[in-house]
Amino acid sequence: MLSNTVVTEGLPSMGLDLQSSFIEALGGLGLGPGLARLLWLPLPMLLVLVGAVVGVLVNVWLERKISAAAQQRIGPEYAGALGLLQPMADGLKLLFKEDIIPARADGLLFTLGPVLVLVPVILSWLVVPFGQNLLISNVGVGIFLWIALSSIQPIGLLMSGYASNNKYSLLGGLRAAAQSISYEIPLALAVLAIVMMSNSLSTVDIVNQQTGAGILSWNIWRQPIGFVIFWICALAECERLPFDLPEAEEELVAGYQTEYAGMKFALFYLGSYINLVLSALLVSVLYLGGWGFPVPVEWLAGLMGQSVDAPLVQLITGAVGIVMTILKAYLLVFFAILLRWTVPRVRIDQLLDLGWKFLLPIALVNLLITAALKLAFPSVFGG
Amino acid sequence: MTVASSTQLVCFVILSSTLVLGSLAVVLLPNIVYSAFLLAGVFLSVAGLYLLLNASFVAAAQVLVYVGAVNVLILFAIMLVNKKENLAPIPGMALRRLLSGAVCAGLLGLLIRVAFTTPWALPGPTPVGEDATIRIGEHLFSDYLLPFELASVLLLMSMIGAIVLARRDVFSTDIITGEPADQVLIEKERSPLLLEPTDSAPLRSSP
Repeated sequence: MLSNTVVTEGLPSMGLDLQSSFIEALGGLGLGPGLARLLWLPLPMLLVLVGAVVGVLVNVWLERKISAAAQQRIGPEYAGALGLLQPMADGLKLLFKEDIIPARADGLLFTLGPVLVLVPVILSWLVVPFGQNLLISNVGVGIFLWIALSSIQPIGLLMSGYASNNKYSLLGGLRAAAQSISYEIPLALAVLAIVMMSNSLSTVDIVNQQTGAGILSWNIWRQPIGFVIFWICALAECERLPFDLPEAEEELVAGYQTEYAGMKFALFYLGSYINLVLSALLVSVLYLGGWGFPVPVEWLAGLMGQSVDAPLVQLITGAVGIVMTILKAYLLVFFAILLRWTVPRVRIDQLLDLGWKFLLPIALVNLLITAALKLAFPSVFGG
Repeated sequence: MTVASSTQLVCFVILSSTLVLGSLAVVLLPNIVYSAFLLAGVFLSVAGLYLLLNASFVAAAQVLVYVGAVNVLILFAIMLVNKKENLAPIPGMALRRLLSGAVCAGLLGLLIRVAFTTPWALPGPTPVGEDATIRIGEHLFSDYLLPFELASVLLLMSMIGAIVLARRDVFSTDIITGEPADQVLIEKERSPLLLEPTDSAPLRSSP
């Protein structure tokens, strides 16, 4: 039967809690806790937003450099050292381009489409944890919120495809929506298996369930099939190359983006890269131990004769956590980019077949096996 | 009034006004595509209201099911058949509008009456918060098991119906007319993709 206690076992230390420290510090200045909280609220949001955009810049640079390496070119090298400023130049170029709305297009929907694509992706960063307390909000529905938000995106794609008044755009929008709907189901089932093991939807609880034995306790060893399903579906949701049918240039010019120029095009671009980084972060949270170091930090601290609650140790573990999360995510981003430049594109019928006839049954079987293993070995698979 | 409660009030006013105005626009707008997109906005504001009531799981489920699935399917259906042509005028349109308006007004009056006469417990039960997910799961698998299963059977039935309608070519007789079906003929007659070229819209441009 269902156990109704939320297990938060193996919680060695609360780690850095910047929010309570901030509120305490402002309380020292004579501000009430409510007002201090109000002042605190925008800070992590702003930080994560800036982080996401910087992540996109890094991503664009990586994409250019890795694709160049895959094609035996050098890639950008004049804008800054190693071409590091090239993404900035790209962004500035898009910013100064003329904003064109096609004559027979529906101006309102045409403008609203890219916004609806971008906003849910940015909202989903709400639940990405970089440490025990280093996230915007530890909402109870956690990972489910991400699944729900990512289901809004197809509406934006359909809207921009329809409003462009262009056959290629409409077809691209329809394809994008069909693709995201069909890959969302195996994705959700893979997440469900993880949720079943950690008895919680909260991303923080999911990571906490993977701490204890360092790299050995990560979910990838207990959910290898789920990991592969999730990664394939995440790539399909991001419309990365083996699955970039909605913008397949040989068939559809550029899909739903065909008529877009300037900043509106940049919104699509930004959205797809933020989504890629977000998916990589969530893979690392769900399967690769999140902010966990391959060797338990508590054990290392004990080895050096330090208490885990000492301020300096807390600071170092917090920093290590952030670095580990980003490192794992960018390792996955690297694989995604490598895949994009080495793998051919699938056909639309193959894409839908893979989603509905292969990934969906496998995900269901994976869920059933996880449930059976959870009943059989509650100590390993989360009681 | 504290910061929290005033924020809540502002959110409630914004959400309910978008809800009411949006649903009016869904019904009254002549462009069906706008109506479909506005329906998504209506569903989202309902999710926001759930969020205000501390029911975050229900809110997320509302977004996932209604916005992500139902509304996208409606949009699909509209965009696959949308021909941008005016609907044929129906006789007695004014009378029909008047009648449906009267029915809706009567329903509204009934609901308002119920809302004002029901003895609501104030303040309501304490919100369960994050444990709501567990409570919903327990209810779905105990006392609400039968409605849950019946709903799934209903969905299965509609799915089979959709398959029957979409894939008439796999049956030897036509489901609707009962006549023996020649697969090739049906494909040519019924599929809009294989329509014969007409004079007004030639499929191939003449040289």
